[in-house]
Amino acid sequence: MTPAQFDGLMPIVILMGIAVLLFTGGHFVSVLLAPKKPSLLKETPYECGEQPVGSAWSAFNVRFYVVGLIFIIFDVESVLMFPVASIFKELNEAGEGAYALIIFLSFISVLIEGIAYCWKKGDLDWVKSFQVSAKNNK
Amino acid sequence: MNQTLVSYLSQYEFYDVLLGIFGKNEGLLAFVVYLLFAGAVVGLCATIGGLGTYAERKISADIQQRIGPNRVGPYGILQFLADGVKMITKEDVMPNTADKFLFYLAPMLALVGVFATLAVLPWSSGFMMADLNVGIFYLIAISSLVGVSVFLGGYASNSKWSMLGGMRGASQIISYEIPVTISILSITLLAGGMGFGTILGQQLGTPINWFIFHNPFAFIAFFVYFIGALAETNRAPFDLPEAESELVSGYHTEYTGMRFGFFALAEYIEVFVVCGVGAALFLGGGNLPFNVQFDIIPLQLFQVVIFMTKALLLYYVVIWIRWTFPRLRVDQLMSICWKYLTPIAIFNLVGNAVWVVVFNGKSIADLVFGGH
Repeated sequence: MTPAQFDGLMPIVILMGIAVLLFTGGHFVSVLLAPKKPSLLKETPYECGEQPVGSAWSAFNVRFYVVGLIFIIFDVESVLMFPVASIFKELNEAGEGAYALIIFLSFISVLIEGIAYCWKKGDLDWVKSFQVSAKNNK
Repeated sequence: MNQTLVSYLSQYEFYDVLLGIFGKNEGLLAFVVYLLFAGAVVGLCATIGGLGTYAERKISADIQQRIGPNRVGPYGILQFLADGVKMITKEDVMPNTADKFLFYLAPMLALVGVFATLAVLPWSSGFMMADLNVGIFYLIAISSLVGVSVFLGGYASNSKWSMLGGMRGASQIISYEIPVTISILSITLLAGGMGFGTILGQQLGTPINWFIFHNPFAFIAFFVYFIGALAETNRAPFDLPEAESELVSGYHTEYTGMRFGFFALAEYIEVFVVCGVGAALFLGGGNLPFNVQFDIIPLQLFQVVIFMTKALLLYYVVIWIRWTFPRLRVDQLMSICWKYLTPIAIFNLVGNAVWVVVFNGKSIADLVFGGH
């Protein structure tokens, strides 16, 4: 057995364990020390002093989901670029820099094309939906 | 091969002595070393997080010509301990319509996500708990847990303010992750690796060797990273998820007592982690600015001090920005991210790639002074 076999994972698991222990421990101490006098008013969700109207779990503005979709596209592309970026220097030193650069740029051009498309379609404008409906009403 | 704290220590003689004490059981020794060091790191970071709340109030008071907290301890410096005690002894209220499991889970996820990032934070060249070969990539991935916890906290509360804050938080954090990731990608490209050891090893010596001064594109990338990092940690002027003048308290409106405290702790530690990563990636981390031969322990401690100085200076700038700029609107926030920062970050990436090929990976300093 060499120390290298304990690479990386053990400290991460230990730190996560400390986080969970700290949370449950703090919670436990809080349960022991804090008063516990629940009442209906305290347990009502805060809505500026009024009785809450309906549930908060309802249909929500679709803009947020569009942002989520654009994010996934860009995130996956940047994840795919990480391995290339980390060996780019080695490739350059091996004399294949120009070749690697062309491949890298052609991949990035897909990314640029993606953002240009979203921009053109107006998905990057937060208030797109209103503009479209105003145009349709004319 | 991943460097770790244990494999670093095993180069030195006292490792064999320690190994003898633990009866040649390397697994047990590694566990004990990691546990001690993790406890120290968590204690240090919790103190930094606590002092962060104090610094925030004191600096804001200074900027607004007030006095700030001055009752608990000298100059009010123990205020964060008093706040902690208050949070523990406060009643824990949960909305009766909330999703109980997710409501409990959200602050814990924030804490787990932030603590897990501490594993790769490069305190010095030796005191890195795990110098993973995917270090910065791991950090980006695991810190996304905080975004999940912000959204879960907002969703599980079943309160409209929380829901709006959580939704804003989720869209903001995932949006700003793109420019931040692409800026980090530029540094990966310059360093030729994702591990913090590799990245720091390229920035030895005088400040002119730092990656921020490597070329003009890297210089811009630092500012893109810093602005994006402010937004990812929900700091003003990007604190829309908890905008207290619009959304009461945003995603943690319904959180009280200790659970709110853990959210706040996680946020302040995350700001420190982000500043530390910025210092390590762009500002040379704990590298000594001059060439002096030290013993191993003073050298490492000196590097820790240098790293902390850089990270805490960035921390000061973060607080300073918070009390200087007004908050953005949601549409401004999104257009800054997608229409300005992301194209600039992609431009930087292309610029860096071209620079590496054209100038054969040399920095401006190398070209001017004819270095390696």
